[in-house]
Amino acid sequence: MSQSYRLDNIGLINRDKKLSFKFNGITYNGYEGDTLASALIANGVHLVGRSFKYHRPRGFFGAGVDEPYAIVQLYRNGETEPNIKATEQELFEGLEATSVNCWPSVNFDIGAINNFLKIFLPAGFYYKTFMWPKSFWYKVYEPFIRKAAGLGVASTKHDKERYEHKYEYCDLLIAGSGPSGLASAYAAAKNGARVILAEDKARHGGTLLTSDVNIGNQSGKEWAEGIISELKEMPNVIVKNRSQVFGYYDHNMLVMSERISDHLPKTKKFHPKQRLWYIRAKEVLISSGSIERPIVFGNNDTPGVMLSSAAKEYLKVYGVLVGRNPLIFTNNDSGYETAIEFKKNGVDPVILDTRKDPQSEIVDEAKNLGINIKFSYVVVAAQGYKKIKSADIARISDDKEQLGTVENIKCDCICVSGFWTPTIHLASQSGNKTKFNEDIDAFVPGISKQNETTLGAANGTYTLDETLKSSFETGHELSKKITNNDNEISFPNVVEKKSTTHDKFWCVPLPEGKNYKRFLDFQNDVSVSDVEIALKEGYRSIEHVKRYTTLGMATDQGKTSNLNGLQLVSNIENKVVPNVGHTTFRPPYTPISIGAIVGREVGKHSKPTRKSPMHSWHKKNNAVFVDAGVWLRPRYYKQGNENLFEGSKREAKNVRTNVGICDVTTLGKIDIKGPDAAELLNRVYTNAWLKLPVGKARYGVMLREDGIVMDDGTTTRISENHYHMTTTTAQAANVLSHLEYYLQLVWPELNVNVVSTTEQWAGAAIAGPKSRDLLQKLFPNSDVSNEGLPFMGYIEEDLFGVKARIFRISFSGELAYEVNVESDNGNFMWEKIMEVGHEFKIQPYGTEALSTLRIEMGHVAGSELDGRTIPYDNSLEGLLSKKKDFIGKRSLSRKAFTAEDRQKVVGVVPLDKKTSIPEGSHLVKDSNAPLPNPKLGYISASCWSVEHDNPFSLAILKDGKNMIGEKLFVMSPLKNKVIPVEIVSSHYVDPKGERVRS
Amino acid sequence: MLHIKCPHCGMRSQNEFSYGGDATVKRPELDKEISDQDWDNFVYNRKSLRGKHWELWQHLSGCRQWIKVERDTATHEIFNSLKANEEIS
Repeated sequence: MSQSYRLDNIGLINRDKKLSFKFNGITYNGYEGDTLASALIANGVHLVGRSFKYHRPRGFFGAGVDEPYAIVQLYRNGETEPNIKATEQELFEGLEATSVNCWPSVNFDIGAINNFLKIFLPAGFYYKTFMWPKSFWYKVYEPFIRKAAGLGVASTKHDKERYEHKYEYCDLLIAGSGPSGLASAYAAAKNGARVILAEDKARHGGTLLTSDVNIGNQSGKEWAEGIISELKEMPNVIVKNRSQVFGYYDHNMLVMSERISDHLPKTKKFHPKQRLWYIRAKEVLISSGSIERPIVFGNNDTPGVMLSSAAKEYLKVYGVLVGRNPLIFTNNDSGYETAIEFKKNGVDPVILDTRKDPQSEIVDEAKNLGINIKFSYVVVAAQGYKKIKSADIARISDDKEQLGTVENIKCDCICVSGFWTPTIHLASQSGNKTKFNEDIDAFVPGISKQNETTLGAANGTYTLDETLKSSFETGHELSKKITNNDNEISFPNVVEKKSTTHDKFWCVPLPEGKNYKRFLDFQNDVSVSDVEIALKEGYRSIEHVKRYTTLGMATDQGKTSNLNGLQLVSNIENKVVPNVGHTTFRPPYTPISIGAIVGREVGKHSKPTRKSPMHSWHKKNNAVFVDAGVWLRPRYYKQGNENLFEGSKREAKNVRTNVGICDVTTLGKIDIKGPDAAELLNRVYTNAWLKLPVGKARYGVMLREDGIVMDDGTTTRISENHYHMTTTTAQAANVLSHLEYYLQLVWPELNVNVVSTTEQWAGAAIAGPKSRDLLQKLFPNSDVSNEGLPFMGYIEEDLFGVKARIFRISFSGELAYEVNVESDNGNFMWEKIMEVGHEFKIQPYGTEALSTLRIEMGHVAGSELDGRTIPYDNSLEGLLSKKKDFIGKRSLSRKAFTAEDRQKVVGVVPLDKKTSIPEGSHLVKDSNAPLPNPKLGYISASCWSVEHDNPFSLAILKDGKNMIGEKLFVMSPLKNKVIPVEIVSSHYVDPKGERVRS
Repeated sequence: MLHIKCPHCGMRSQNEFSYGGDATVKRPELDKEISDQDWDNFVYNRKSLRGKHWELWQHLSGCRQWIKVERDTATHEIFNSLKANEEIS
C-alpha cells in the first residue's frame, strides 16, 4: 500500500530504507526512523483500537509517552507483548501488531454496544452493581468482567529474552535531552563532571527537532546534533537514548530503563533486550519537558482529534500529514506553530482560537501567511464515528459561557492545544512539594527535597532563551561545586518567535439540547459527567474521585487528563486548583516490563545454587536432588524404578543394618579462635563449656534473647584456643551474624574471632553398626576403638595422604562418625570411603533417609526448632545450665514458658500402624467435636519407621509430658483425613541411646 | 534504596546491609538480677519513633561489622554513622 500521507521533502526518517510491517493482518510500508504510529498515519490508518469501557473507536492522540489511545499487541521474533504504545514503538522490518480490546475486529466491535448503553455504565458502576448477592462475585461477575475488560494479552510462554541490571554512579544525572537537558549537560561536562544524559526517545533534542528556532546561527536541530556529538566524544559523559528515567527513590537513587533491542526485529546475540540502570547521582537535573493538554469538547475522543504538538511532530520528524484538511483548536500560540507548519507544507489549515484578539509575532506570521483564523471560536463537537468528518463550531462569548449559532465545517483532523503541563513526576517522586503556577494553570516543582533541580518546560519556563540560559548556568554551577572546575562557556545567541499569554479556557460548554460525551481520561473513558456524578455522590478528596471514577488510573497514568480533571473538580467545588491538589505521582513514570524489573534473576538464576564438592558423584549415581535453602542436596539415590518412599526406606534400613554415607558438607561451620573462645561458647550455648577438653565435641543449643531455640549443633575443641562449631544448614548465616553481634556490640572485651568455614570443609557422615569396621580400614594406623575414639571424641588423621578430621558424633542415632577434609579433597574422600566400604555393604543415603533416621530416634531438627519452641518443648531442658547465665536464660522463667501443661515433643503412631500421617496435621481429643475443635498440638515431622516398619511422627503437643499412652485423633482438613493415633515417647528407637555409645 | 555510610568502607547501598534495630538498647549484664518489666523492656518493648533514631546495621556483604546509624525514620535522612565501639553522643 502506498504511503499517501507521507510528504517527500520533510522529516528525519531514512527514506533509503523501506520497511514493511503488518497491522491487523494488512501489510504496509514505512521507513527506518518511523514509529508504528507515524507509519500507520502515513498509510492513512487512524483506527487502531477500542476504548476500555465503551469500546469507542480509538486513533492516535499524541506522538510519544503521553499516548492514551494507540495501544497495541506487538509480535516480534515469535514472542508477543501486550499494551505497547504505537507512538513509542519504533518500526522494524517484519513488525506485526494487532489492535486490543476489540472483538471480533477493530472495525466491528460487539463491545461497542456498551457505548449505546452508556446510561448503565456511569462512574462507580461496578461498585454499585456487582455488590449483591455476595456469592455472585467469584462465580458470575468477576469472570464476566475479566473477559470484557483488559487491554492486551500477556504471553504465557517463557520469555527467552535477556534483561540486565546495572549499577552506576555519577555527578549529574540529567533526565531528558531537550534544550534544557542538552545545555545543562554540556556545561557540566565541560567542567569535568561525570554526567549521564538520558533521553526517552530514539532521537535527542526534544522540542528542538520540531520548533522553528535559531541557536548560534544554527537551526535548533543542528545545534542539538552538534552538542550531542560533542558530548558523546567526552570520556566523562554517558549519553543514552531510548532510556526512560522512571523512578526517583531515596538518597538520590534513580532507576532508568534502557530499551536496547525493542527497536530491532530480533535481539542481537549476547545482547539484552532491556537494561535497568540503578543510578546514584550527586545531583539530578530534571529536564523532562512538558506535555500539551487537550481542550475538552463534545466527542473529543473521535479518531482524528489529537494534540497539536503531536501533529507537528508527525509532520516535522516523520514527514507525515495527520490530515489534509486540518482544524486547529487552540487557546494559545502553540496551535499557530502547527498551523504554520501545515501551511508551509502546502496544506491549508483553519485555526479556531478561543482568545478574542491575541497579539504576538506568531499570530502575525500566521495572519501574513493567509491562514484562515477564527477568533473567539470553539469546537463544540467532533462529528464522525471511526474518523472525523466534520466539526460543529461556534462563536463563544467573552465570559466563555454562551455559545453562538452552531456551524458545521468539514475537516479530517482536529489539532488541539490547551497549553502545556510541566512533567513534574520525577520531582514529585523525590518528595518535592509542588506548587500551583497561576500563569500556566499547572503545577510546578517547589522547594527541592533531595538534590534535584527542575529545568526548562518541566519547571514552567516556556521560552527557549530563558531555558537555555538557566540550564547552562545550573549545569555550570552544580558541576563547579563537585569538580571545582570553572570553565566558562559562551552563551549562544537565540532567535525565537515571541508568543503571548494563553487563554484560561479548558472545557467547551454543551450547546442547548445536546448531550455530547466530553472525555477527560481517554484511556479509561472518564467523561465530565462521571466526575460530576462522583462529586454529587459526595466524593470530595481528589484521591477518592480518582479511584471512584478511575480518572488518570490507566496505563498512561493521566498524563493528558489529570489537570483537566482537577480543573473540573475545582470548578464544581468552587475551589481553586491548588486547593484541590493533585494525586500522588508514583513510579514508574511509564509502564516498565516485568522482565526488566526481574533482570537476570530468572529460572535457576533466581537464587544462587550451592553444590557440595561431591555433587558430580551424586549426579553420576542417580541422586534425586532437593533444594535445602540454596543448597542442592541428594534426597535419595534412585535404584531401578524406585520411588522416593522405597529408595529412602532402603537407604535408612541399610544404615540401621550395615553402614551408610551421607554428604553433610552443607552444615554450617564456624571457626572460633581466641583466648576467650570458651567463654563466648559458655554465654552463647545453654550448657557448660568451660571444661570441655581438647579433642572432645559437645552438643549445644543456643537461644535467642526471647528464650526461643535459635539453633543447635556440635562444637569441637580442636586445640587450646580453637573451636570448630557446626550449625544447621538453614541457620548458618544467622548464627554467624548472631556471634558477631555479641562480640562486636555486647561483649567487645572478649578476645575471640569467628569466621565461616562452611565452604572450606567437605563432610561425610558414616553411620551404622559397621561404621567402626569401615573407619578402622580407612585409618589402619589409628585406634578407633570405643576407648580410643569414644562417643563425642575427635582425632585428626591421614586419609590416604589427605589431612582429615574425624568426629564421633551421630545424627542418625547409630554408631556414627563424621569425616571432614578440605573441600578440594571432598570427592577423593567420598570415593575412597565408598571403595573401602564396599565389603561392609555401604550405601549412600540422602536427606529423606536422614530425616527418617532422626525422626524415629526422636532427634529434634528444623521442623521442631521452628522459631516458636523453647528447650523444654524439645525435651532439651537437660541442657540448661543452672550455674551460669546465657543468652535468653532470663526469658525462660516467663509464665507461659513454665506453665504446667506446656507443649512438649512426643511420638505419634497410628492405631492401625498403616496410615501415614500428613505433616502439619492437628491433634484433637475428639474428632467429632463441634468446630472450632480445640487443637492440642500439631505434627511436626513424619516418616515410615524402618525399625518398626510402621508410620511414625513427631508432634508438639500440649502437656506432652503427661500424654504418653493417650489416644487422640490426627485431623488434616487439607487432606480430608482423620486418623486415630496413640501418643508415645519421641524416642521410638533405642530410647536409652546405647547405639551411639557402643 | 538508602545510601549508608559504613565507617569502615565508605558510602554503600542499602542492599549490602541488614537492619539490626534500636542501637540505644543495652543488654543487661550477665548474672544480674533483673525484674520482669526490665527484661521485657529489653527483649520486646521498642519505641516507634518519628524522627531521628539511632539504629544498628550490619555491613553483611561488606566488612561484616555492626555499625550505628542515625537516621530520620520519616525522611530517611542519615546524619551520622559510628563504629560498634563508638558511643552515641
